[in-house]
Amino acid sequence: MRAAVITFPGSNCDRDMAVAIEAVSGKAPLRVWHGDAELPAGLDFIALPGGFSYGDYLRSGAMAARSPVMQSVIAAAARGVAVLGVCNGFQVLTEAGLLPGALMRNAGQTFICRTVPLLVANNQSIFTSGYDAGQTIHVPVAHHDGNYFADEATLDSLEGEGRVAFRYADAVNGSRRDIAGILNAGGNVLGMMPHPERAVESAHGGTDGRALFESVIEALVSA
Amino acid sequence: MKVRIFVNLKPGVLDPQGRAVHHALEGLGFAGVADVRIGRLIEMDVADSTSDAALDEMCSKLLANMVIENYRIEKI
Repeated sequence: MRAAVITFPGSNCDRDMAVAIEAVSGKAPLRVWHGDAELPAGLDFIALPGGFSYGDYLRSGAMAARSPVMQSVIAAAARGVAVLGVCNGFQVLTEAGLLPGALMRNAGQTFICRTVPLLVANNQSIFTSGYDAGQTIHVPVAHHDGNYFADEATLDSLEGEGRVAFRYADAVNGSRRDIAGILNAGGNVLGMMPHPERAVESAHGGTDGRALFESVIEALVSA
Repeated sequence: MKVRIFVNLKPGVLDPQGRAVHHALEGLGFAGVADVRIGRLIEMDVADSTSDAALDEMCSKLLANMVIENYRIEKI
């Protein structure tokens, strides 16, 4: 299993992501810089971390989505490589067109930083197979622009196709239908606002995020 | 050529920022404000030969997020 974490200027959860992947897989992921036009060969798993890439200029994730490395990420996703975008990484995935919808300013206008309960809406994906369907897990959020928006037709198709991976158990940021994380049509791209990499070791205060990394790494190792 | 690009949220897309500003205007005693929506103005200095199609492409590829925003181009 060959994993990489992409770092954009302004990423600040890239190390946390790398530590989480290493803790679960036993192998440190490669670190890739945004300006690299090409990804390392043979990647199975690409993680886009949280942070404030390019200072959130224009729109959160907008600049990073157009960076050289993202063209390679888009191509890799099309080949079926597993891609996880957390927080700013989710924003980048929507801006890059790999996931539908957009992440808008939180309905309450405030930055929200706390651990929230999430419902596992789909446990059939490579990222969520380690959870029970409907299970409640507790994962931290830390964002200002996490208010998921898509038009009604898109929301209906996401739900109809089982592409909502996680929902907020209680309304957090105004997201349509309480969506916290979604999958692409192929099921190999997951974007989510909550930070599973901040809930991997008991010292984090909870380990509910660990099963996400275990799920995807196990799926890729056994593939 | 100077170009102004106005980027606004599409009708129907909730604008929490606009709502908060609306509320603040009311708090200051300004009556009769029915709605506030906040957008973005981008001013560019581009070559005179820049085509309308190129300007449209700049907007749809980067300057506006077509999922939630509309844009309007004004040449000055």
